[in-house]
Amino acid sequence: MKLQVRGADTFATTGGHPFDPEQPTIVFVHGAGMNRIVWYLQTRYFAHHGYAVLAVDLPGHGRSQGTLLGSVQELADWIPDLLDSAGVAKAALVGHSMGSLIALESAARHPDRVSKLALLGVASKMPVHPDLLNAAIADDPLAYELMMDWGTGPVGHFGRHPVPGFSLILGGQKLLGVENPGVLGNDLGLCNDYQSGMESATKVSCPTLIVMGSEDKMTPPKQGGKLATAIPNANRQLIQDCGHMMMIEKSDQTLQALKAHLSNK
Amino acid sequence: MDPKLYKFDTLSLHGGQRPDAETGARAVPIYQTTSYVFKDSDHAAALFNLEQGGHIYSRISNPTVAVLEERIAALEGGSGAVATASGQSALFAAIMTLMGQGDHIVSSASLYGGSVNLFQHTLPRFGIETTFVNARKPEEFRNAIRPETRLVFGEIIGNPGLEILDVPEISKIAHEAGLPLLIDATFNTPYLCRALELGADLVSHSVTKWMGGHGVALGGAVVEGGRFDWDAEGKFPTLTEPYAGYHGINFFEEFGPHAFSMRMRSEAMRDFGPAMSPQNAFYLLQGLETLPLRMDRHISNTKIMLEFLQSSEEVAWVTHPDLPDHPDHELASRILPKGAGSIVAFGVKSGSSGGGREAGAAFINSVQLASHLANVGDAKTLVIHPASTTHAQMDSATMKQAGLTEDMIRLSVGLEDVNDLIDDFKQALRKAAKATGATK
Repeated sequence: MKLQVRGADTFATTGGHPFDPEQPTIVFVHGAGMNRIVWYLQTRYFAHHGYAVLAVDLPGHGRSQGTLLGSVQELADWIPDLLDSAGVAKAALVGHSMGSLIALESAARHPDRVSKLALLGVASKMPVHPDLLNAAIADDPLAYELMMDWGTGPVGHFGRHPVPGFSLILGGQKLLGVENPGVLGNDLGLCNDYQSGMESATKVSCPTLIVMGSEDKMTPPKQGGKLATAIPNANRQLIQDCGHMMMIEKSDQTLQALKAHLSNK
Repeated sequence: MDPKLYKFDTLSLHGGQRPDAETGARAVPIYQTTSYVFKDSDHAAALFNLEQGGHIYSRISNPTVAVLEERIAALEGGSGAVATASGQSALFAAIMTLMGQGDHIVSSASLYGGSVNLFQHTLPRFGIETTFVNARKPEEFRNAIRPETRLVFGEIIGNPGLEILDVPEISKIAHEAGLPLLIDATFNTPYLCRALELGADLVSHSVTKWMGGHGVALGGAVVEGGRFDWDAEGKFPTLTEPYAGYHGINFFEEFGPHAFSMRMRSEAMRDFGPAMSPQNAFYLLQGLETLPLRMDRHISNTKIMLEFLQSSEEVAWVTHPDLPDHPDHELASRILPKGAGSIVAFGVKSGSSGGGREAGAAFINSVQLASHLANVGDAKTLVIHPASTTHAQMDSATMKQAGLTEDMIRLSVGLEDVNDLIDDFKQALRKAAKATGATK
């Protein structure tokens, strides 16, 4: 589905079902250097179970035009414009990694536009290892390997994707590899610079779920737990034997957690 | 800092598998089942609608086969793979996933005879035409591309002429025309060359050959590179437009780097049914575990056999890309640095009482250790006379285009003690020379 947001063509997958803004809307926000595809094991389910789904390509990512934005806060302020364009007053935001920071900030800055929040692989700060950051800035494919190495739990390194025949780590690397030069470097820079997580957490007023992987090296569960304590009444879900890429590594458990949270009236 | 991703030899043993959670089984269990119990009706509907991953019916996917698929994808460096009953069904399914009536393929002429048959005689009945071009002339690939072309195809090591395909150059030509390059990597395996890294977009295999290595089970696979932009020029509606056979799904929009394999599984495996059996997947996994070790031995034995054949008085000619006088030697050294495979072609000297065809036949009839059969890539050494067997359906012009001669013996060097092989060849060559009057 193509939308016009701030005058730029913006692409979102609707999960294989026509978008109906009259239904409860879920906006899925991807992480650094990724795009909408990363949600393929969650979007189709919700789209075929009574929700209007927008798994969006952030500006300058995937099929979306527009320039890369310069901070998590700027991206958080872009979300209401996306909702306006889609004709949606209020939506649940589901974010992963950098996308979880965008969702968190959006809920803090625009509480009237966010009905629920689900933060996957989140921490109040996301400092990026200099080797990864430098490789990403240089558009060195080493960055994709480092991301998927650190982003995948120990058992995930052997593979065994939930979808028969798909590659777990290589699938992620390919997804990172199709983005334009500069995208991953920009995104990791935004994560590295972000400092206001704990302060924004206290401003969240909607029901919130935090999903963490027990083996997550990029946003360790302890950090996610710390953030959860700052968000009023946040629920937590820890997925065992899982790294940072829970939507793929443990797609069914992630889906179950989201179903329980998003369907709860 | 280096990423700690498992390397080739480790992936050969472990890729795609975790010890069985229920039983702790270390080996990959053989899931000899046709179907899978759904948790509830919602789960069943979600699987059928591709909302969740999982297995429905073993024609479409199976847990044992899935380990093999993921392992092959890991070894090739692809975003995923789909295994099939044979290498030929892999090729057919790949083509059917990409195109239909009125479309066109540009293919290297240096191909396995079965693939030539498929392109030349079978696909035209489905409205798909192929132009064969010289593997050694990239310009012929460029010139043969038409508006309706949808695929460029070739083998890295041609069968049986051993022409080497310049994959980086051919992929450039394909990509300039907005086309994917599909490489049949059976002869090289990912151990000798990873075609996706050289620019290919899809890789197909007869896993029956070196990948399995034991000659006990048939299998094929198609690996998806995950980088090709199927939407760029609107040439691949099977991947970029809503598919009525799956409630209007748009594979590329929803599955990105996995679009091809998702479509191939959802349609070709579902509708044509070329499924690999779980038992065969198990056998092929046993073979893959030792792929790096076996390939090293294949290559070292091949080098010694080449030296022997070159020095043998009864041998008229020997060709292999690792030999400096091979026309593609420099290219082979560049893209196949570990060795250009273990297939050798040679001719037996003819004499006053028999030509090349008779000399070849006499040699084949005299070997005792090498096996005369229609396969390659077995752990055991194999020999065959292509002109009368694997490529017998070709007319003389096509044979010439495929680099075949009447006297050619195709040798697939195995893993035996190479001195035993040399002894066997010595006695067989002596008998052949005697039979044709080449020697007294």
